[in-house]
Amino acid sequence: MSLSIQNLTASIGDQPILKGLNLEVPKGEVHAIMGKNGSGKSTLAKIMAGHPDYTVTGGDVLMDGVSLFSMEEPDARARAGLFLAFQYPMEIPGVTIANFIRAAVQARLPEGEELEATDYYANLYAKMDALKIARAFTSRSVNEGFSGGEKKRCEILQMSMLEPKYAVLDETDSGLDIDALKIVSEGVNALRSPDRGFLVITHYQRLLDYIVPDKVHVMVDGRIALSGDKDLALELEARGYDWVTEDALATA
Amino acid sequence: MPAIAEETEKPNIDIDRSVGDFSYKMDYAFDAGVGLNEQTIDYICDVKKDPDWVRAFRKDGYRKFLEKPMPTHWASHDLDNIVFENIRYYLSQGVTPSRSWDDVPEEMKQTFERLGIPEQERKYLAGVEAQFDSEAAYSNIKAAVGEQGVIFVGSTEGLHKHPEIFRKWFGKVIPSSDNKFSALNSAVFSGGSFIYVPPGVKVKHPLQAYFRINAQNFGQFERTLIIADEGSEVMYMEGCTAPKFETSTLHSAVVELVALKGAKIQYVTVQNWSANVFNLVTKRGLAHEEAEIKWIDCNIGSRLTMKYPGVIMKGRKARGEVISIALANDGQHQDTGAKMIHAADETTSNIVSKSISIGTGQSTYRGLVDIPPHRKGCKNNTECDALLINTNSRTDTYPAIVARGNKNACQHEASVSKINAEQIFYMQQRGLTEGQAMSLAVNGFVNDLVREFPMEYSVELKRLIDLEMEGSVG
Repeated sequence: MSLSIQNLTASIGDQPILKGLNLEVPKGEVHAIMGKNGSGKSTLAKIMAGHPDYTVTGGDVLMDGVSLFSMEEPDARARAGLFLAFQYPMEIPGVTIANFIRAAVQARLPEGEELEATDYYANLYAKMDALKIARAFTSRSVNEGFSGGEKKRCEILQMSMLEPKYAVLDETDSGLDIDALKIVSEGVNALRSPDRGFLVITHYQRLLDYIVPDKVHVMVDGRIALSGDKDLALELEARGYDWVTEDALATA
Repeated sequence: MPAIAEETEKPNIDIDRSVGDFSYKMDYAFDAGVGLNEQTIDYICDVKKDPDWVRAFRKDGYRKFLEKPMPTHWASHDLDNIVFENIRYYLSQGVTPSRSWDDVPEEMKQTFERLGIPEQERKYLAGVEAQFDSEAAYSNIKAAVGEQGVIFVGSTEGLHKHPEIFRKWFGKVIPSSDNKFSALNSAVFSGGSFIYVPPGVKVKHPLQAYFRINAQNFGQFERTLIIADEGSEVMYMEGCTAPKFETSTLHSAVVELVALKGAKIQYVTVQNWSANVFNLVTKRGLAHEEAEIKWIDCNIGSRLTMKYPGVIMKGRKARGEVISIALANDGQHQDTGAKMIHAADETTSNIVSKSISIGTGQSTYRGLVDIPPHRKGCKNNTECDALLINTNSRTDTYPAIVARGNKNACQHEASVSKINAEQIFYMQQRGLTEGQAMSLAVNGFVNDLVREFPMEYSVELKRLIDLEMEGSVG
């Protein structure tokens, strides 16, 4: 059981972005992808989630053996258990967080089955308590006027309510101060489980002090150039990315 | 006995997509035939046993209808596609509505049951009138409300039984000559409600009318007159549906409201016309001193809707309000707005309009706010927000605010926003289908206005928006 990315190539327009990417995240593990801006990290996240701007030109992504690309619509992949925590979560004016998550939970129920409101709110409030989110939060419009920290906490709350099999966290640390980073990381750690895999995309090693990964991968020019354990992140922090880039180019 | 069309005998599994899309084959007892001339009007007068003054009123309306040009110098040229000689102007099974659902002819009763009217009546309404083509099939008011002296009957019964009130106000707020379609309505009006609320009486629950078009090539011309006497309060709600026919249908109502000193009238419309209906309606209220008239108007469906509810504030401290939501789906045009005439000092008006345009749908806002130079202490607030869904959508805003003089305050805000692909992608990533995502975004856009609707209607409105959005995704 894993999220298995196999020789994935993809482009935007005529521009190739992923150039044969291989990566396997076994269920129960947390893997980190690090890399310079423009190396294709966020693109990978969007392609897996089914963003319409990108074209997959080759390879496959198997989620517990089922090809993500066999599910055309992004919502089908989401309901099958893939969650993407966005780097820049979108605002949805007039739609409260409570109603938004409720619609998402409802969308996972079989046709004709209606979500029980009292059960839903009991569950929502329990999850919010665990993430130290005040009750008043639920009546605010999704991401509208939120601080960076609030947006990311809202993403984690959605993740905890939707209970995905695999979660991709795209630059979750961007825009967070150290306190917010700790809270968000605690939330993610609380959701670590043998039944769930994480792919954490980040630019900085800092996040990995709080969300300690099982493996670290370095992405260079649309491919994984180097993989290692959590100490690789520290090495990258100390030495920068350029030495990996040179190695990657040397072996290409 | 009239035969029920075969396709309606078995329950239609698609029924929830468009609850109003069904029709019954009827043999009408009274049918004015196709086309409009003096004889058509005489036929209607004879069937309805109109008094002479009404016959004269109709004939005068007919002349004005013929004289007036189509307003295509400012309005949509689609109006030219209405073929008046192909329309049927009067169809009924009789002019007297039943007081009990048991006495309503079977097909009509089934129609209203499918639309949920008797159930709503039991649950939360003070009175109901259910109009089927030209006449009300059912009209009743709860005993407790009737005992307070509240009159709630059809326009025909109103003019026959209560001429002293009816005649005093009828055609006074909206003269026949107001526009081509108010003139047409004056010529052939039938059905609609007449309501009188005595001084100081506050009707707790809403009175509701339901306007149902069943016949093809038909024109529905209801005429509603509501008079709230001093210090009284009433809420009136109307719903409208028609089946989808190949040919176009005309709905052209005139609604006049009179709120006497300190009275309050709320008029709520949730229309869900099928895409073949020309909906050309004139609505206006007259607010006396310290009176308040509020139009809550929700326009979904129709081929072309032209409707600009207005309030003439003729007494000091009168208030007028128009809250409107319009949703123009593929091929539809919602041309809506509001008119606020400040005819006295210290009068206040508020207009909040939200429109949604989808696909080739087109929304137009037309507003008129008039504050003459010698007025003092008048206030107007106008907000129009438009939401566009996909690049073909079109929205136009024509706010005319004429505030002459310097002792008044006006405020105008307008915005246009789009649901962008990134928002839809974000919601889809949470598991919502594209249709569900759009529906949620649209509901979010109108959310603050929907709160103004009575509970039952806001649920209905949300459901209608869901259906429209589901249907609009390819």
